[in-house]
Amino acid sequence: MANSMARSFLQVAATEEVASPLRVVQIEGLVILKIIKHCKEFSPALVTGQLLGLDVGSVLEVTNCFPFPIREEDEEIEADGANYQLEMMRCLREVNVDNNTVGWYQSTILGSYQTVELIETFMNYQENIRRCVCIIYDPSRSNQGVLALKALKLSDSFMELYRANSFTGEKLREKNLSWVDIFEEIPIKVANSALISAFMTELESDTPVTQCDYDHLQLSTTPYMERNMEFLIECMDDLSMEQQKFQFYYRSLSRQQAQQQSWLQKRRSENMARKAVGEEPLPEEDPSNPIFKPIPEPSRLESFLITNQIANYCNQINGVAGQSFNRLYLMKSLLDK
Amino acid sequence: MNKIRINLYIYNIRKFRKRKILQALCLFPSLSETDKSKRYRRDKMAASNHTVLQFNAPSTVSLSAKVDPLVIFNICDCYVRRPDQAERVIGTLLGSVLPDGTVDICNSFAVPHTESSEQVALDIEYHHNMLVSHQKVNPKEVIVGWYSAGLGVTGGSALIHDFYSREVPNPVHLTVDTAFRNGEGTIKAYFSVNLALGDLQLAAQFQEIPLDLRMLEAKRLGLDILKTTVVDKLPNDLEGMEVTMERLLALIDDVYKYVDDVVEGRVAADNSIGRFIADTAVSLPKLSPSAFDKLVNDSLQDQLLLLYLSSIIRTQLGLAEKLNTAADQIL
Repeated sequence: MANSMARSFLQVAATEEVASPLRVVQIEGLVILKIIKHCKEFSPALVTGQLLGLDVGSVLEVTNCFPFPIREEDEEIEADGANYQLEMMRCLREVNVDNNTVGWYQSTILGSYQTVELIETFMNYQENIRRCVCIIYDPSRSNQGVLALKALKLSDSFMELYRANSFTGEKLREKNLSWVDIFEEIPIKVANSALISAFMTELESDTPVTQCDYDHLQLSTTPYMERNMEFLIECMDDLSMEQQKFQFYYRSLSRQQAQQQSWLQKRRSENMARKAVGEEPLPEEDPSNPIFKPIPEPSRLESFLITNQIANYCNQINGVAGQSFNRLYLMKSLLDK
Repeated sequence: MNKIRINLYIYNIRKFRKRKILQALCLFPSLSETDKSKRYRRDKMAASNHTVLQFNAPSTVSLSAKVDPLVIFNICDCYVRRPDQAERVIGTLLGSVLPDGTVDICNSFAVPHTESSEQVALDIEYHHNMLVSHQKVNPKEVIVGWYSAGLGVTGGSALIHDFYSREVPNPVHLTVDTAFRNGEGTIKAYFSVNLALGDLQLAAQFQEIPLDLRMLEAKRLGLDILKTTVVDKLPNDLEGMEVTMERLLALIDDVYKYVDDVVEGRVAADNSIGRFIADTAVSLPKLSPSAFDKLVNDSLQDQLLLLYLSSIIRTQLGLAEKLNTAADQIL
């Protein structure tokens, strides 16, 4: 007892706390409503905003958020954007809102959010904040009756690789990293203060049917599926282009190797000839020869991202198809009577 | 009789200063002549008090307000986070005014203020800063009024309302009763009418206007998520579908029971409900069974096709990945 109390401040400060892994993101109803409102207002344009909250143990609580204005790519407006952020944070601080950034949210169309910019933004945020999360909201999918809200985080192993900026084949195999490991999805929990739930329970009596139900029972899903398929086909084209890049690389690599071999043979035979004459043998390596220049391996990051996107589209199609089956069988039984 | 009139005046005035009372008293003799000669519009509330106060008639455009659930969430959140010594929170309402006169309230933010029994101080600079920031995101949102949560309409409210009426011609005042005084939470909207005595502004009367809670997005979200304090998991596609089906089943059961009851005479028949049911039953499209079967089967096959396609693509992805990362061994 006395020993633990006698630990000096230095010792306590030196012991690093092990961060418990993030298990759940707890969002307040207020934040969800704000995100929905902002994304729907500006749909189909893509919008972003900042999330504020607290980081408690293995739960990340998101208690408030504010939207970002749509920015043009202009030098002065960049500074404006930073000013806006500072101003909002300061003002919110005065009314006792948690002033702590825990991430950002963005809207997407049909789930096509896996881009390099997303990863870069993640890395930027990770510099300053220990734990940050990105919330993706899909307004087009929410029209199908599902609340399409996802909380994403980059996996640690991927982050290390990205910092080293090397995506070669051996490295990836070393870490046993495949395209599923880039993003980790975290389950979302919704919490509300007691005052709000009291108000909501009272103001809105229990209706037997909500708008959600009408959306669920909608028979026509063709426009949504069509767009999904379009995006999917485009992505497949991109993927095949990436595959071709790899094939090209391998072919040139094997060609280079063959050239190296033949050059080596020639050198060796020359050396034999020289030895017979009595001169010094030439070195077996010649770094100035262009055929020895190593060809850079193309990065696999793009293909991983595209693969992720395709998987996402497939999942969505599966989901909607499942719902359609239900609906169709329902219709069938209705008319059988 | 003059003395009685003075007393009634003082009773009716909500915000007053001594100077004004004296002025009113001085005007007294002249007023007793005018009230016989002029015609006054009497409000029902005023009739019982025998006042001779003159109202500006409320505008003939019916004023009502529509509130987004987001605003209520915001207000409650601000109230929960208020500093300890404050009894109420005050903030600005943003939104737009629709062409038919309805005020549409979409957003809000809190404004720090201090209040004592004698005066109210509002941080005007903060209010302007937040307004500018909000308008950067959404330039269409303008100030439409203000809200207060925690207490009802008090004397201080009139002063704050004055300030807001300098920004916007006809601000709406929203009160949220967080103390659940009548055993229920009430949200009321008011707009003020000036009570004038000749040329003198004596009081501001807050008249209630009908308030409409537009719960569209809340409905879309699923009220269950908003009502309970904690929801463990957001429902995904199929689970939501299941819930909907269950609800539909429950509704159909209810209708069955009702029809049975009416047929057996247990419940009085209501013609309008009967017509609704008849309309619904008739609205099923009349197709021959074979045509309908074909329709359903075609759709089923389309969906199966898509499902098959997506499974193939996934296999392809797995294969491609294996080839890509294992390809080095070929060399």
